[in-house]
Amino acid sequence: MDLEFEKSLVELEQQMSELEGGSDNNQQLNSQVTQLKRKINSMRKKLYADLTPWQTVQVARHPERPVLRDYIEGVFSEFIELHGDRAFGDDKGIIGGFASIGRQRVMLIGHQKGKTTEENIACNFGMGNPDGYRKALRLMKLAEKYNLPVVSFIDTPGAYPGLEAEARGQAEAIARNLTEMARLEVPVVVLVTGEGGSGGALGIGVGNVVLMLSHAVYSVISPEGCASILWRDGSKAPEAAAALKITADALLELGVIDGIIEEPVGGAHRDHAATFDAVKTEISQQLARLKKMSARRLVEQRFKKFAMLGKFDNRKYAVHR
Amino acid sequence: MGWFTRKKAAVEEKPDLWTVCPACKAHVYKEEWQAALKVCPQCNYHERLACTERLALLADEDSFMEFDADIRPADPLKFSDAKGPYADKAQQTVEKLKLNESILTGGCKMNGRSVVLGIMDFRFLGGSLASGTGEKIFLAADYALRHKLPFIIFSASGGARMHEGILSLMQMAKTCAAIARLNEDGIPYISVMTDPTTGGVSASFAMVGDINIAEPKALIGFAGRRVIEQTIKQKLPDDFQTAEYLQEHGFVDHIVNRAEMKDFLCRVLRYWKEN
Repeated sequence: MDLEFEKSLVELEQQMSELEGGSDNNQQLNSQVTQLKRKINSMRKKLYADLTPWQTVQVARHPERPVLRDYIEGVFSEFIELHGDRAFGDDKGIIGGFASIGRQRVMLIGHQKGKTTEENIACNFGMGNPDGYRKALRLMKLAEKYNLPVVSFIDTPGAYPGLEAEARGQAEAIARNLTEMARLEVPVVVLVTGEGGSGGALGIGVGNVVLMLSHAVYSVISPEGCASILWRDGSKAPEAAAALKITADALLELGVIDGIIEEPVGGAHRDHAATFDAVKTEISQQLARLKKMSARRLVEQRFKKFAMLGKFDNRKYAVHR
Repeated sequence: MGWFTRKKAAVEEKPDLWTVCPACKAHVYKEEWQAALKVCPQCNYHERLACTERLALLADEDSFMEFDADIRPADPLKFSDAKGPYADKAQQTVEKLKLNESILTGGCKMNGRSVVLGIMDFRFLGGSLASGTGEKIFLAADYALRHKLPFIIFSASGGARMHEGILSLMQMAKTCAAIARLNEDGIPYISVMTDPTTGGVSASFAMVGDINIAEPKALIGFAGRRVIEQTIKQKLPDDFQTAEYLQEHGFVDHIVNRAEMKDFLCRVLRYWKEN
């Protein structure tokens, strides 16, 4: 699937495939194809190097973008899923379990999106229910007991807004996770792979290291939601997307994230394998680095990192003890 | 015609003696409304209070010492929406309310017992949680930790302040981290949810009290009613997301009337013995 802003490339690509389809295998044609290919590549590179925030949102939500299942296949050599929150049920929007990345064994948790409509309905489009957040917390506590680092993959439009979710305490489940994750005595590596949707994302997002893929977004509210409240017009989402500062570059500058994993040219959806390589390398390095820190230092470092976030007037950051 | 004009003039001159209850539309004498601490005598609706009004109901006389009054909004994103720059809006709010952020924090005595208080004010941009709000809560919790004093927050908020984007979201993690440290050191933290406590505030410090208290009929919930109705395409029960509904579902320990709040908090704190 091609995105609206890639139209110019699509036309060139059609031209190219027409040329390639020609049965004459003459030299002139071949060189034309090569030239065209080069042109398309450099155009795509340029286009993706300079995406507007709203275009980035579209890439982050691209239906062919890798989802958690793909990362489990492509980045981890083993995954033993662990089900249920031991209280209500087994949420499908947030999953987790033991996983191996290279030689490192970890506890993997993450939002699960689907690829087809059916799959997406089954996993609620990656929107966690309270039982999902509580399952994630159970697994993080288990990680603490087994002294395993936690790796958290974030990709959600937000926590599920439903009657049952409210009745079972969506707010409490997220709040509890924020409180408990702050004091977790094992390394926590967080990666926003697609959509970092508000509290639903943060609910499994309190890490020693918080990373983003280069075309992922992370926001307090969806651009559409913000536009309909502050602009009273949902179609102003592109304006809201720009105003909210939701791209990886902007968040790195604000100090909210610690690093960006570069996606292949044209976005992660165009080259899954290269994306997995980059993700595997970066996460492995972060785990190796954090492994050297004591439990106490890990807690202190994570605590300070979040304590320092925010910008206000009339006072410099207070010295936190 | 003169007869009509005279009557109209007479109505206009009459001072406004009545308050209409926003919940049950009952007409109540203003004096009576005030004397009842802005609680409707007909339906027990608890009207929203300014932080200073709330403080007056809680702190012993002349015992309040405000913390960090100088913290006020910056504009980290240089945010501007259809109504103009956030910086202007924040400035106007500060001037109008004579208040620098959406929460008032400080130390005081309640019936002689020292506590640290945070009181949110819905009038300040919907009581929204922003960088300054988070910092004030963080610093107040830090004070409570260092002085081994109970920490009590009265929430009144629509959620995170969109105008500070992701930094507002991060205040959820920051405030919860501060509460987590109180938990570790055995310092009491009591959350009192007043109308309304929703969104990012309900999904952070407001919901993780050792004891969660609510005022009667307060709106408490994570997602907005309209969003939920659009998502699930069915009508929600009338009592949905009320304090009573939350108690019924196990998320609120006690619903306490405004007039009894101070004494109730003191009674509860008697069960904490400082080591």
